[in-house]
Formats: sequence, structure tokens, C-alpha cells
Amino acid sequence: MGLLRLLKSSFKNIYKNRMRSLLTSLGIIIGVGSVIVMVAIGDGSRIQIEQQIASMGTNLITVLPRRGVGVPHRLTKSDSEKLKNEATYIMAVSGIRQRIFNIVGGDGNWSALVMGVEPDYLIIRSWNMQEGNFFEEEDLLHRRRVAVLGATVASQLFGARDPIGERIRIGTNHFRVTGVLERRGIGAAGNDQDDVVMVPLDTALTRMSPIRAPLLSSIALSVIHEDFMSRAQQEIDIILRESHNTAPNAPASFEILNMADVIARAAKTSRLLTNLLSAIAGVSLLVGGIGIMNIMLVSVTERTREIGIRMAVGARKKDILFQFLSESIILSLIGGIIGVVFAVFVCKFLTAFMAMPTYINPVVIMISVLFAAMVGIFFGFYPAKKAAGLYPIDALRYE
Amino acid sequence: MPIIELSGIKRLYELDGITVKAIQGLDLSIDAGEFISVMGPSGSGKSTLMNILGCLDKPTAGIYILDGINTSKASIDEFALIRNEKVGFVFQGFNLLARTTAVENVELPLFYRRNKQKINQKQRAIAVLEEVGLGERLYHTPSQLSGGQQQRVAIARAMVNNPAFILADEPTGNLDTEMTLEIMTLFQNLNNRGKTIIMVTHEPELAAYTRRIITMRDGKLVSDIPVKDRRNAADDLLLWKKENVVLQKIGN
Repeated sequence: MGLLRLLKSSFKNIYKNRMRSLLTSLGIIIGVGSVIVMVAIGDGSRIQIEQQIASMGTNLITVLPRRGVGVPHRLTKSDSEKLKNEATYIMAVSGIRQRIFNIVGGDGNWSALVMGVEPDYLIIRSWNMQEGNFFEEEDLLHRRRVAVLGATVASQLFGARDPIGERIRIGTNHFRVTGVLERRGIGAAGNDQDDVVMVPLDTALTRMSPIRAPLLSSIALSVIHEDFMSRAQQEIDIILRESHNTAPNAPASFEILNMADVIARAAKTSRLLTNLLSAIAGVSLLVGGIGIMNIMLVSVTERTREIGIRMAVGARKKDILFQFLSESIILSLIGGIIGVVFAVFVCKFLTAFMAMPTYINPVVIMISVLFAAMVGIFFGFYPAKKAAGLYPIDALRYE
Repeated sequence: MPIIELSGIKRLYELDGITVKAIQGLDLSIDAGEFISVMGPSGSGKSTLMNILGCLDKPTAGIYILDGINTSKASIDEFALIRNEKVGFVFQGFNLLARTTAVENVELPLFYRRNKQKINQKQRAIAVLEEVGLGERLYHTPSQLSGGQQQRVAIARAMVNNPAFILADEPTGNLDTEMTLEIMTLFQNLNNRGKTIIMVTHEPELAAYTRRIITMRDGKLVSDIPVKDRRNAADDLLLWKKENVVLQKIGN
């Protein structure tokens, strides 16, 4: 009996019981489908995070003032100047003073994050200008009221018009727009990175109520190479302790964050969650396999007479074994393939309507379809063996 | 030249520690072209004999030579091959595959053929179905056929591989008189064309259509006689139909 004939007859039998076959495969469909969807969500978010780290720069360090009671020192511009002058592993430094302001200009008003930064901030974030110019040291020196808009703010206030040279009001101060930043998209925390306005740091520190004070929200630094991250962190620690007169073993009044680490930690948590969900999905695949075994056992009992007839007209044990085995393999393979199609649709839906990044790895598809076929072999073997072991006389007499 | 030779056949069963002697010492020889009926009460060993003749069961002792093959040393797979090539089964309950067309049912033995010689299975199945008078019902499933038609599909299936003999186990037990006579007519026609047929039956009037009657009792052969006044099933069918018409007219 040829393989082709065997497959043909298996398909016929499956088609004769199509409703039951579909229900049998349902477990595999859901199992394979959910494994692929879970892995695709995990891969999608991992890739997104990797892209964010890459776009933000892997050599970014942020220094924050330590929050809490009884901390005598805050970060000031002299800290950032000291880092700029003394640190050897640091390529660029920018103090940051930020707050959300209501901005009026162009077509109306919009509320956005306003950041007072130094010219090097663009280098630290490896950010480029879409048009116009970023401010320079001279603008800081003269505390000029110039502003650079993020892409979201530019389009909210000015629509498609060119905002350069236009006037806007931030809080109570009037600013002139000198440039627009390149679009960056969604950030690591899920925030819109383009919903921002940048002004010279000294302007923010001296002119803008209520943040008019010589205090920094944070300091952003760029290390010369990502291989020197830990050395740079040690160096920053030493310099700032000296600046704050803090003993080396006393609690520091500041916090040093390696941004790549922070994001990697967040990614690790999400990967753990994805692995957990994938494992649960894998269990459902196993349950699907047990479902197939269940139905195949019922089918063997139900078709005992048929098996007897087949044996009477010349089927060997292995003919019967292969027939039932091929039926269960085909059932689980069909289930696997439908599961893949189902998963692709679900992923497309998630990406299109839920803004969830998904990435379907072809290897994952291959593995899960293969696994489905293995489930078919594994769980189909026992019922097939049972069918093949029937004694023709008893099988023929079975009512 | 006999196609079946049984000598010293015994078949014992172990049932809950008790030995049941289903057949105890049986010798039988059947020639090609015979039409033989096996009779006997329930428990006489008929079914066991049928199972042994059909290579569904192995005797505990004795030698069974089928068409020149000594089956005593055959393996389970070789038994399957012998059933496929040498035996055509016809059962009381038809035993057709449900939801499967007549042609596909008849093709089933060809499906398990091990002879690599290529044949057109479908053409062969159709030819045999036409031979049993079902040329018009090729693609009907069992549920769309009458009992007599289903049994004719089963007979076609039994013949499709050109077996050494047809083994019919109470083939008309589930059929009414008219269908019974139709099946017996078919058997007689096949036998007249040279087919060997072995039929188990309870009814002496059916045995009267065969050429030879053997009777079993308590696992032994108690009589083996040729049929003297062999009846013609085709004539009886015609007669019965006429009577039936008359009866119906009276009834009306």
C-alpha cells in the first residue's frame, strides 16, 4: 500500500467525520496559535526595546538627585560644570531642568514637557534637527528666549506650516522658534518623545517661573564608549561626592542610572512574562494532544468493525497501525497549520489595532508545526497500536 | 485437484481455565468448482470451521492446505496475505464500510494487495459490480441500498481479487425471501461459471440450492452428502414473484 494511497484514505476518513475532526484539532489550533502569538509578542517587544536602546544610545548615563528627606545637596549647574571639566570617560554633559508647561502659539495651545538643556544634549541623545538650528553656548550665556520644538508640538501648534521664526508663549515668557527636531517616536516608557520643547538651560534656570532656581532636574552624560560604562560611573561618583563633600562610604545625595541597564531590566521582566505565557500556551498544546488521543481512542472503538473488515480483506497489523497513525498526524498537522494562520491574523490585529509590536519568526512557525506533528505521532501511537492489536474475529463480531 | 484439504484439524479454547473443544479431529477436502453448504446446530463448531477456512483463526492441531499452500507455518502477516488473495468473505451482516460508495467498498481488498502488478482498481471494481447486477448503483452508499443490494456489493467485494473460494457465513440471514432467492440465484450463476462457494446456513431449503451438504455436531463432521434434487434458485424466484402477485391481488 503506497504512502499516497494511505494519505488519501486518511484524508477521506477525516473528511467523513469533518465536524469531529475540526473539534479534535481545535486543541492543537489553539495551542499552536497561542504559542506563536505569545512568542511573537515577546519578540516584538524585545526588538522594539533593542531599537529604543540603539536610538537612545547605549552609552547614556543619567544622574538624578536622590529623593528623600534630609538630603542637604541638590544637583546644580556647578556639578555639571565640574563633570564637564574633570571627567575623562565622558564625551558630553548636559544639565537638564524640566517641567510640563502650557504653550500658546500658532493655532492655539498645547501642553508639553519643556526641557532646559545645553547644546551637547543633542549629541548625548544622538538626536538630529529636522529643520532650523539648535541653540548654542552664546544663547545660554545671554539667556536668550529661543525654543526648539519636538515634531508633535510643532504639528499641534502650527499644523503643516513652518514654525521657524514664529513666536510662542511658554508659561509667561515669549520665545522665538529656531528649529524643529527630527521625529523620534515612542520612547522606552511608552511616552511620545516628540512631545517636547527645548530651551537654553540658563534661560530656564533664571527666567522661567516656577522653575526659576539654580537646581537641575537631572544631568545627562554620554560616555566615550560603551565599554567604559562602569568606569565612567565610578568616576562620576567620585567627582560628585567631592563636589557635595560626601564621604566615599556615606549615602550619596545623587543616583547614577545607566539607561541601557534600566531598559534591559524592563525588557528582562517582560521576557520573563512572555516565557511564562508561552509555557502556558505550550501546556495547552499538550492538552490538545491528549484531546487527539482521546478522540482517536473513541474512534478506534467506534470503528472496531471497520478494522475487522479491513483485516478480513487482507490488511496487516502495520497497515492498520499506519492508517490510524497517519490520521492522527494529519489531524494535528492540519490543526497546526490552521493555528499558524490564526496566529498570523491575531498578530496583525494586535499590531494594527492595539499598537502592540509583534514579530513572527519563521523558525517558531516551523518548530510549532513540527511539534504539532510530533504530538500527533506521540498521542496517536497508543490508539493506533490498540487498533492494530485487535483480533480480526473479535473485531468482526463487535457490535 | 482439491483447493482445500483439512486433515486432523483440532481447535481448543481455554476459557476461564476450562478447555473447550470447538473442533475435535476433522478431515475435509473441497474441490474447485464446488458449491458446498455447512450445516449444524449452534455450538457445533461451524463458526470455528469457517474462521479456520478463512484464515482468520489457526487450528490447534492438524494441517490445512489452501490452494497448495500449507498454512500451518504462516505468520500473522502471511495470513493477512492469504485472506487478501485466496478468500472472499461474505457475512450475514454485510459488513460494508458506512458512508463509503459501493465502488470504494469493492476496491478495499485491492487496496491491501501486495502484488505489485498494476491494475486499474476502479475499473476492476466497476466490472465486478456490473457482474453482480449493480452497474446502476456504483456510487451509492450502503444506507442508500436495500439489504439484497448491500449483500451483492459484499459479494462483489469478495470476488474482486479472484479468490480461490467465496466463504459465505449465513449470507441471507438478514434478508427477506425475495432477496434471499436473488442472492441464491447469483451464487448459482457464479458457481456455474466455476466459482467455488462455501456457505454456512441453518436452513435446509437453502442448502438445497448447493451441490454438497456437510453437517457438523459437537465439533465433528457427522455427514457429508451430495445434493440429489438440486433446486434452481432462478426458477424459484420467478415462481415466488408470481405467487406474490396473486396474493397481492387477493389482498386487494
